[in-house]
Amino acid sequence: MALTGLDIYKLLPKTNCKECGYPTCLAFAMKLAAKQAELAACPYVTEEAKTQLAAAAAPPIRLVTIGAGERKVEVGNETVLFRHDKTFFHPPGLMVRVKDTQPMDMIEKRAREVADYFVEYVGLELRFDGLAVENASGEASVFASAVERVKEMGLPLILISSDPGAMEAALAKSVKPLIYAADEGNWETMSELAKSHQAPLAVRASGLEPLVELVEKVRGAGVEDLVLDPGCRGLNDCLVTFTHIRRLALQKNFRPLGFPLIAFPGEGASSPEEEAILAGQHIAKYAGFVVVDNFDPALAYPLLTLRQNIYTDPREPIQVTPGIYEFGKPAPDSPLLITTNFSITYFSVANEVEGSGIPSWLLVADSEGMSVLTGWAAGKFDADKIAKTVKTTGIEEKVSHRKLTIPGAVAVLSGELEDELPGWEILVGPREAVDLPAYLKIWKP
Amino acid sequence: MAEKVEIPVQKWSGRVREVTFGATKDEGGSRSRTVTVGGEATLPFLHFEGEIPHPPRVAIEIQDKKPEEWSPLLIKVWEEVIDDPAAWAKRAEERGADLILLRLSLDDAQGEENTPEKAKSAVRKVLSATSLPLLVFGPGQVDKDNELLVAVAEEAAGERVVLGVCEEKNYRTIVAAALAHGHLVDSRTPMDVNLAKQLIILIHDMGLPLDRILMDPSTGALGYGIEYGYSVMERLRLAALQGDTMTQQPILVTPGEEAWRAKEAKVGEGVPEAWGDWEERAIMWETMTSTALIEAGADVVVMRHPESVRLVKEAIDKLWMKEG
Ligand code: B12
Ligand code: SF4
Repeated sequence: MALTGLDIYKLLPKTNCKECGYPTCLAFAMKLAAKQAELAACPYVTEEAKTQLAAAAAPPIRLVTIGAGERKVEVGNETVLFRHDKTFFHPPGLMVRVKDTQPMDMIEKRAREVADYFVEYVGLELRFDGLAVENASGEASVFASAVERVKEMGLPLILISSDPGAMEAALAKSVKPLIYAADEGNWETMSELAKSHQAPLAVRASGLEPLVELVEKVRGAGVEDLVLDPGCRGLNDCLVTFTHIRRLALQKNFRPLGFPLIAFPGEGASSPEEEAILAGQHIAKYAGFVVVDNFDPALAYPLLTLRQNIYTDPREPIQVTPGIYEFGKPAPDSPLLITTNFSITYFSVANEVEGSGIPSWLLVADSEGMSVLTGWAAGKFDADKIAKTVKTTGIEEKVSHRKLTIPGAVAVLSGELEDELPGWEILVGPREAVDLPAYLKIWKP
Repeated sequence: MAEKVEIPVQKWSGRVREVTFGATKDEGGSRSRTVTVGGEATLPFLHFEGEIPHPPRVAIEIQDKKPEEWSPLLIKVWEEVIDDPAAWAKRAEERGADLILLRLSLDDAQGEENTPEKAKSAVRKVLSATSLPLLVFGPGQVDKDNELLVAVAEEAAGERVVLGVCEEKNYRTIVAAALAHGHLVDSRTPMDVNLAKQLIILIHDMGLPLDRILMDPSTGALGYGIEYGYSVMERLRLAALQGDTMTQQPILVTPGEEAWRAKEAKVGEGVPEAWGDWEERAIMWETMTSTALIEAGADVVVMRHPESVRLVKEAIDKLWMKEG
């Protein structure tokens, strides 16, 4: 929770010396609260006040990073309970668990599969973020060699063991993993390991009060990059517990719980489908890391899509740049289609045109990021806009014919368009993009 | 030294209205039992904060004739019953439906225009084949919807059937029919809090009591705009709990229809390998669209595949548990 101008004023020297450039300390405090001034402008603030102000300015949920380089994962630093209040910022890390009791080749194969998997969605490559390696064998050396095997893939890791000895052996083989977990029995040594390896530490306890108690101990030992496991596993208890924690962090600025949360949906589910449903809940309702046990593209793709959707900024739809798009070196007599610049719309169409293998021109109108019908209803994809797009993009110099295919959903526009674009023939395409390849096959200039 | 953790409990001033589907013999209908939704005094499944008297319910959508344009996966799973709405309704009940939604088509199986007589007979058959409460949606063309739904309302008088969909351009005739014959209506608007409210007001102004109106704010499928529907629903539910009376209607959405329109559910060939097994993915597409919307506040989800229905109902059971 941000400090008010008055709260800040209390920490200032109250001498009104004006050196900060403001007539009074209070005026300066107001500017600070509004983030329109820098504390450094006052030469007289005490060190103590500085620390207090810095602490108050810290985000209510700490940002935690695991891994390094391009594929590192950052979670936390969320500021709202509902995405419509602003947006959710850091999508939860989706991790796949392997156990060191599995044959090493299997572990490596699974790790490779996770590392290589991606699915394209509106021009983005959606991926899982990393692996969780569990010390199920109880052997430190087996754990260390499993970690060494998967390290090759360069993915961020979560190391799961309650044995500090095994953890230390595995830490030697990895780069800034999440240590899972400090509990009532091992927190002192785990905290030491976290400090010496500069790795974030997960803290596990059953229930909020024991968790807070443990967090305080670990923070007392000097570890600040924490991830919390409050011990819930099912659909209802996780929804309730994660909601409590998010509300405490955001509404009460309750520091001991102001950290990202980790969830293990496989432990609360009796089938891979149920695990996916629970993982979906964790994405929408407040997890920072979601560790799944099943990895199957048919479940991974919907999960990754859900994460992308929930974490899309509601303040602006994802868009593509308006203009002329070419597929497979189109010739002057290749088909010409028009669509909108809403990403989902553009890629539904572009994927089909590309998949058809038929060289084509695609005009993308600036509908301000709206879909075909939304744009039409809002006047951002009407006859006017379509005619303007045809006239201003220079497509008339690129195609020899004068045939423009519009989406089937806006068939009603064809008459009006023929009036606005003299010399052009307006063709009504299929309603759904899926039917475009068949349509393009029979298209004639 | 540990701080005592004080769980934040939000005090809400409003609550969602209850709406009851169907009527038993004593109540002037023929259903073996009725289904009530709504009544929530807090956000979905947060039992610690306020009363939630009824869990969300699942309606299975069937049609009065084989829906040729549906995904082959859906056609296959309902194959034995798909040509007979009565048998289909019965099977849907066996597969776990809490409610049956019958969608009327523009043309009948012979390609001839649907008529009030045909619609009445389809509704009659479905009512006799199942004892569940019924929803009847028109084909989605203004004139046809009005013509068919007026006849349906008369045929099913007293059954407390939900007639749908009422839209801004077309609600008067449908609401009048519901008023005359003791039915409910589905009030649909395009993903906007104010539009949702306004249409409820317009319908209520015609004299239909609020406990006979469902609020349908529309939704998109996973990957096709679900985030808009999700957030509008969260906003509507928050408004209801904060006391905005014209948003206090139970929410009905149609994730089945939306999800099965998505290529991910509809198409099995020529898609990227990264999409995985078709059937599994398709079922998950519908399931995850539905569960996300249920957690955003849906009271009724209309679905299509029996396996997704099973998964969603299982999830509802677990979410509904007051402990653990
Ligand atoms: C998500 C959504 C929104 C989002 C915006 C999303 C966006 N960025 O565009 C929000 C919530 C903001 C919104 C707002 C509105 N919406 Co809206 N919205 C939808 C919704 C649910 C999904 C639209 C969508 O994203 N579809 C997915 C994309 C991929 O579909 P698409 O663009 O049509 O593309 C497909 C095809 O058309 C085809 N295609 C595309 N291009 C081409 C090109 C060619 C050549 C061919 C052949 C095919 C083709 O391929 C695609 C895949 O098959 C629809 C209802 C629905 N379920 O469809 C209503 C809908 C489009 N909205 C509607 C309305 C009325 C509105 C509002 C005007 C409401 C209002 N008064 O506020 C506003 C307008 C915006 C404004 N004033 O700011 C109406 C339009 C009514 C009509 N028939 O004209 C709809 C149909 C809802 C309804 N049933 O009433 N909406
Ligand atoms: S410089 Fe510091 S002490 Fe002087 S007026 Fe500004 S805030 Fe007050």
